[in-house]
Amino acid sequence: MNGLETTRKETKLKKKGSVPQANVPSGPLLKRKMAFEGTPLSGKDFEQGKVLFTTYKPKLAYAWDTGRAIGRYLQGLKEGRLLGVRCRHCDRTVIPPRAFCERCFRPIEEWVQLQDRGVINTFSISYVRWDAVRLEKPTLPAVIDIEGTSPRVGILHLLGEVDPKQIKVGMKVKAVWKAASERIGAITDIQYFKPE
Amino acid sequence: MRKVAVVGAGLTKFMRRAQETGKELSFEAARAALDNAGMQLKDIDCVVMGTAPDAFDGVHMKGEYLSDGSGAWGRPYLRGYVGGGTGVFAPIQGWYHIASGMFDTCLVVCEEKMSGCKPHPQGAFLTIFDHTTERPLYPNLLWIFALEMNRYMTTHGITKREIAHVAVKNKKNAMDHPSAQLPMEITVEDVMNSEVMAWPVNRLDVSPTSDGAAAVILASEEKAKKITDKPIWIQGVGWNLDTSYWTNRDLYYPEYVERAARMAYKMAGVKEPRKEIHIAEPYDPFDYKELHHMEGLLLCGKGEAARLAVDGVTARDGDLPVCPSGGLLGVGNPIAAAGLMKISELFWQLRGEAGKRQVPGQPKRGVAQAWGDLMQVGTVVVMGVD
Repeated sequence: MNGLETTRKETKLKKKGSVPQANVPSGPLLKRKMAFEGTPLSGKDFEQGKVLFTTYKPKLAYAWDTGRAIGRYLQGLKEGRLLGVRCRHCDRTVIPPRAFCERCFRPIEEWVQLQDRGVINTFSISYVRWDAVRLEKPTLPAVIDIEGTSPRVGILHLLGEVDPKQIKVGMKVKAVWKAASERIGAITDIQYFKPE
Repeated sequence: MRKVAVVGAGLTKFMRRAQETGKELSFEAARAALDNAGMQLKDIDCVVMGTAPDAFDGVHMKGEYLSDGSGAWGRPYLRGYVGGGTGVFAPIQGWYHIASGMFDTCLVVCEEKMSGCKPHPQGAFLTIFDHTTERPLYPNLLWIFALEMNRYMTTHGITKREIAHVAVKNKKNAMDHPSAQLPMEITVEDVMNSEVMAWPVNRLDVSPTSDGAAAVILASEEKAKKITDKPIWIQGVGWNLDTSYWTNRDLYYPEYVERAARMAYKMAGVKEPRKEIHIAEPYDPFDYKELHHMEGLLLCGKGEAARLAVDGVTARDGDLPVCPSGGLLGVGNPIAAAGLMKISELFWQLRGEAGKRQVPGQPKRGVAQAWGDLMQVGTVVVMGVD
């Protein structure tokens, strides 16, 4: 018994005292057939036209409004500045900026210019692109605790100009900006963070 | 609140790609659960469907799409969704349908069909990240697991080698599970030598993408006792959501899992989880996550879980069996269905019906847990024989 060998035999609600038993042959579990084996397919089945299928590629585009807080954050990035906000009630300075404090649930009004440097909180050495394509040269994502915020407050970004083997948690890093003329008001206006 | 029991469970086989549609998978699991309980669809008062991102399927309003396969038509129906946490959240939703007194029976079905998303379902995960502050960096899901794993390892001084013991154990446990997609006997060396995907994550540290479905039937005390002599009671439920600003908290410890666990333990009257929990099925999409979640579930102290895995305490015949099913690493990870598979495992284990997977010593109480949304939700169910 493991609840998986049930059959399609019609059963009725049983009265107390009789345990419904699945109708299964006894024997070693792995040798027994499941009620539902499924129909596993492989890539070859598709390439060789052994199965029918239909495809669909979404052709949609989105234009996302930035909102008040992130809008100002992006404006700061365009100007080469890293902005955070401070909640006076919680005495907490955070980045990315937000229009309201999710803890005390009050509006946040106070903006703070932060240093464009920080400390590596954690990092990875990734050989897999977002769509699972493999990479020869790894991407180096990291959470970087930004200087001037409350403890353990950081942003996701990338590391650069560093030997992956030399990266350590706790390492001090500094933002490398795109040239002012190339900045568009996006998180990618910072190219990456490099060791100081 | 009324007592609620699990009275039946069913699973499909989990596989990389099934020819069957999500509706067909849902039907197979739901029908198996009904057969297991000796019930018919007419005996079901309401239906809960759990299924994760619509983006995998390219079908918007997937709850409606899957509704006939889950036996929902003509009934009160709810689709719940908290990302990877869905599979343990759906039975919680079923629980309050019955505990509230509104319904006597509830069919809970969880389905995932990830394979249709091309070129790889991994691509769909890009859209869970903040579209302005994170998505332009092209993050993938491996990144955040790798970042969390590194933080966890660095904080406690835990090695990859220690963590690899979890993958070895779970894939081996899965050899006794008929639904398993990746049952295998491997060594710690195999894990260490497998492809580096996003350091510190290697290929064998990760669960696969899967198609599959699972279902359980819940009933009120009065109904449950008519349906079966061996109802397994839902003793406690808990769920909790942390901040979506995942870079604003320390990833070394899942606070939200602890909060959810405390809620569930309080309801279940569990005061000392280490002594009173006999089987654990924490969420293990990656091997370190099993350890991370054992700590959040208060089954050991912070940073202690790796030692338990290395010492064999968490083996099926150890003092605290963890993922005796084979978990997501071994059975597979059709996201929502994988969580409900854990509830099914506790049901069979506590009834003494888990066959070759049976944990010795007649376990009386178990805990299942899932995790999801943007690394921020914990869902916990405590089940027992009384």
